[in-house]
This record gives sequence, structure tokens and C-alpha cells, in this order.
Amino acid sequence: MPDIDLDVPDQRETQSPRPSRPDRSPVADTPLLRPNLPRYAAPAMLVVAFAIVLALGLTVWSTNPVALLLETAVLFGAAIFTASALVEGRRNAVDRLVTVVVTTFFLLALLPLVSVLVEVVSDGYKRFDLQFFTYSMRGVVGEGGGAYAAIMGTLIITAVTTVVSVPIGILTAVYLVEYSRESRLGKVLTFFVDVMTGIPSIVAGLFAVALFVLFLGPGARAGVIGAVALSVLMIPVVVRSTEEMLRLVPNELREASYALGVSRWRTIVKVVLRTSVAGIVTGVTLAVARIIGETAPLLVTVGTTTSSNLNPFSGRMATLPVFSYYEYAQPGIPREPYLDRAWAAALTLIIIVMALNLIARLVSRLFAPKTGR
Amino acid sequence: MSTTSADRPTTRETPRYGDRVFAGLATGAGVLILVVLAGVAGFLLWQALPALTAAPEDVRGGEGLFSYIYPLAFGTILTALIALVIATPLSVGIALFITHYAPRRIALALGYVVDLLAAVPSIIYGLWGVYVVAPASVPVATWLSQWLGFLPFFGPDPSASGRTTLVVGVVLAIMILPVMTAVNREVFLQTPTLHEEASLALGATRWEMIRMAVIPFGRSGVISGAMLGLGRALGETMAVAIILSVAAGVHLDIIGTANSGTIAADIALQFPESSGLDVNTLVASGLVLFFITLLVNMAARWIIARRAEFSGAN
Repeated sequence: MPDIDLDVPDQRETQSPRPSRPDRSPVADTPLLRPNLPRYAAPAMLVVAFAIVLALGLTVWSTNPVALLLETAVLFGAAIFTASALVEGRRNAVDRLVTVVVTTFFLLALLPLVSVLVEVVSDGYKRFDLQFFTYSMRGVVGEGGGAYAAIMGTLIITAVTTVVSVPIGILTAVYLVEYSRESRLGKVLTFFVDVMTGIPSIVAGLFAVALFVLFLGPGARAGVIGAVALSVLMIPVVVRSTEEMLRLVPNELREASYALGVSRWRTIVKVVLRTSVAGIVTGVTLAVARIIGETAPLLVTVGTTTSSNLNPFSGRMATLPVFSYYEYAQPGIPREPYLDRAWAAALTLIIIVMALNLIARLVSRLFAPKTGR
Repeated sequence: MSTTSADRPTTRETPRYGDRVFAGLATGAGVLILVVLAGVAGFLLWQALPALTAAPEDVRGGEGLFSYIYPLAFGTILTALIALVIATPLSVGIALFITHYAPRRIALALGYVVDLLAAVPSIIYGLWGVYVVAPASVPVATWLSQWLGFLPFFGPDPSASGRTTLVVGVVLAIMILPVMTAVNREVFLQTPTLHEEASLALGATRWEMIRMAVIPFGRSGVISGAMLGLGRALGETMAVAIILSVAAGVHLDIIGTANSGTIAADIALQFPESSGLDVNTLVASGLVLFFITLLVNMAARWIIARRAEFSGAN
């Protein structure tokens, strides 16, 4: 790419603003000195390209959406690049090509999301019935049965995890924002909380197993072990999101509170946390959504069982993700009822997770602190 | 406290035990987190010790700990690298689209949509990978084997079920995309507006502005985002455990029927039926995974922290 910033001033005086013949000098190639493609050109070309690809797809090639998207992108990209290069010059043509590439990448990322949702709904609705939510798997072979025990297990273990993680997470965030004051511990803590967000979930599960060998001996399985494993994954998420929210609280509020003679901890509880409560609730909800679908740590710590066990302190429990996994991985004969249950559990799980995400966004939108005046 | 308040009646009237208790609680929570992190390493090491000191023939596989873990570590790194190669350009493109191309009013909503990819539980990605991606990959794998078969990655007989290292890499790429996109989005948004406007004022097109102002500014952020993604991909368990059809040993062929397993998936598959020394062996492999991801994550965070100090965007 020529260095336009140096050449522009000298040459502009010697040339007419709109050269009649194509010129190779950088100035002639600058966007303002060349005619543009009409506004309707790009959309029209896109429609034509898609029509061609669709026609070819229906007759000769496949109608796989990924293939359709990529073929359209290549065809449209080539067309718009050529047209733009002829009319607007090479630099504009490259710019238009990059726009096509970047937009294609974004659409390409949306396809898996749509595909996952379609697949889960279309396979999951078959057993998404009342029996699925009211029966456990005790004594069930083949058809029938349900995920009642698994749903209760997931709710109980998630509740225990939340009760453990949220106070620790919020207090740590309070320490980082209100107390650490550039101290060494604060810096170390910030770094390792970030590092902790990257701990693989299976390693968290193994840690909980190793920890409880100390108390319960080897081979123990209980809901609370799973909750400890999930807490290792949830705490750093809560810390990060709460910390971000606390830093948004304007210092004037703290100072006003101190000026009225309010003690520090009351200021934190009644002013700082009170102001940022919406953001903290959003963060906690997103953290719950993240851990509620974790499978691997529960697989090694809680195991699974067919009957419903509502006591997290003793014995194996069924949980929704592990239930789904075992229905898929160890089906009976015929396989269909098991696979249908696996997909129904997946559908239930994805509905819970999406609902939590939606709630989180709504909370943050409805109760967002007013930043401007 | 009582003597000072007697001397100076205008200062505090009540001794503020609440303050001390609260500060103690907050500090304690912070210290607890560090203790937990140290505990993760400590307890794993404690439970891995029997496998580390066991005679080689007693370890699962019968040839010692190293030869048990080494192929799994290879598989772990291979799948993660495939995911990284696919996800890095995609995440840069998506982040650029959201920050610099999409209409501003919907950009935030588009960001949420990409974040939703991170919300899908990994077990669902696994089922989706087996039933959707794997069958769709078979014609692609056949084509690769036919035309690029001279490369060591594409063997002569592609898997008919599609449950290959390549498919795992693609699914992992989708799973790590949101993390990497989030980091890239953040650094691209931090590009000083004056740099961008100066570039445009000199006559640069939008792409030239991005190439000369945004990308150089965000480069270290992109690198650290990629490393965070790598850390996620290394530790991903269920999707790999469900999709991959595993064979013992090291396999460079990423579209064949024999694939090297990964550490995390191996633990998930073997642990429920293991006892005794086998558990210790699995914990030892988990310890290896922990240290690999710890190093990758620490490097990523170090790059981010260093960048914050020297970015010049203050």
C-alpha cells in the first residue's frame, strides 16, 4: 500500500480532481477522485449471487447452509471486487472485499447457534411432556420415565453452589475495590482470579474428589462434592462481574456517605452494594447460567442414580447434564427412548440457560445505574 | 478506643467493630480464593503421588505413567491447535464486524448473540457435534483425503462416521469463539478515536484505517485472547468425550477412524468406572492438564496486564 500521507499535497496541485484516464499514481486511486458504484449495485449483486447459488444448490450442489453461505460470499465477493476495481479503483475494491469477508465471518458464527437450537428443539420436543417432568428413572427400562430426579438434583446442587460462591465472590470483589488500595495481595488476587476463570471444569471436579478423600475416603459420591467443584468454577466469574460493577459506583457517593459520618462498612453495604445491586444480580445470574450446564465435574463427583435423592450430603444424585450424557452414552435396546430422553434433557437445559441469560439482560437493562445526567 | 474517645469527644462515638469485622471478612474471602487455588494444585498432587511412584507395569496401560499420558497430551494439544487455527481469524473478523462495520444501534445486540454461543452447555455441543457436524463432515473429509492426501494430517481412509479429530477441532473452535471475540471486541473498541479519525481524514478507506490504526493497537490483545481460547480448548471435556472415537497411541491423521484421545475427555470417560491406582493415574493426568492450562492462562493474563501498562491509550 503506497504511503498516501506523503504524496498527497504535491500531486494534488498538478492534477485535475477527476482524471479522465485511469492513473496508477496513489492520488488517482484515492476514493474521492474516482466515481463510485451506484448505491443499489451491492445489494443487487448480492441478490443475484444468492439466486445463482441457490439455483445451483437445488439442482447440482448441496443445500447445506454453510455451503450456501460460503458460495454466496465467494461469488458476491468476486463480483463486487471486480466491479469496484474497474470503477472505483483497487483500494476501494479491497475495502469492499474485506467488508464481505468480515460480514461472512459473523454470519458463519451465527449458523452454529441456529443449528444447535433447531437440532435440540426438533429432537427434544418428542419427550418434552408431563411425564418427563414428574417421573424419575427408577425401575425404568425402555420407554417412559423422566428427569424429575435429575431436574431436582440440578436445582439443589446449583443452589448449594450459589450459596457458597456468591458471598465469597462478592466479599472478594469488595476487598479488591474498596480495601486493597494497590496492595500486593490485591494485585496477586486479581491475577489469580483471572487465571482461575481458565481452570478446566474436569480439573475442578478432580480437586473436589481429592479434597473429599480427606473427609469421606476414596470413592465417595455426594451432591456437596459436586457443589464444591462448581464453586471453584463459579467464584471467579462472580468476582470479576461484581468487581466491574463496584468500580462503576461514583466516588462522590462514597464521599457523601463518609461526610455524613457513616462508617465504612455501612457505606459499602448501604451505598456501594445498594447502588450496584442490579449489576451484581446480572453477574450472578450469568454465573449460574454458566455452571448449571457443567457436566464433567458432576460426572466425577456426583455420579448418577435412577431414583430421586434430594439430600446433597449423602449418596449419588442425578443431574440434568449427566442424565442427558448417560442416556446418550449408555442406552438400552432399542436406543430411541433413551436418545429421546437425552435430547429432552438437553432441551430442558438449554431453556433454563437461555431463560437465565434473558433474565440477566433484562435485570441489567431495567435497573441499570444512571451513568450520565 | 475508649481512651481516645474520652479525650476527643467529637470523634467516633462507638468503636467500629463492624468495620474491622467487615474488612476481615472481605480480606478473608480474598485469601480463601488463593488458598483454594493452591489447594487445587496441592490436593491433585497428593492424590497423584501414588501413580507417580508406582511401578510402571501397575499403571493403566502397563508401560508407565509417561507413556499413558503422552498420547493424551498430544491429542489435547492437537485438537486445541485446530480449534485455535479456525477460531482466531473468525473471532478477529467477528469482533471487527461488531465494532466497526455493524450499525451502531444493533452492535450491542449482536455482541449478546455471540455471547449466547458461550451459554450453550458443552454436553449439547457434544450431541450436536455427533448428530449434525460429524455426518456433514464426511464429504469434506473424503475430499480432503482425495486431494490433500499427501499431507500427513489427511490419511487415506477417512472415517465414515465423522467422529474425528477434525470435527472435534471445529466444535471446539465454535465453543471458544465467544471468549476470543469478547477480548478482541474490547481491545478494538479501545483504539483511540483520534487515531481512527486521523487515518480517515488522510483519505484511508475503512479497511486501511483498520489495518493501520485498529489492528496494530489491538495486536497484543488478539494474541492474549487467542491464548485464553487455547486454554479453554485444552480443558474442554464433554464435547470431546462424546464426539471423538478414540484409539490408543499418537495419530497425526485428523480425519481417520483412529484418533488420539484428550486428557480431559479420557478422565471423564474412565473415572466413573475406575478405582484404586487407576484413579490416581487419572488425577496425575489431570494435574498435567492443570499445569498446561495454568501456564497458558498465566501467559495470556501477563500479556494483557503488560499491554495495559504500555498501551498509550491513557
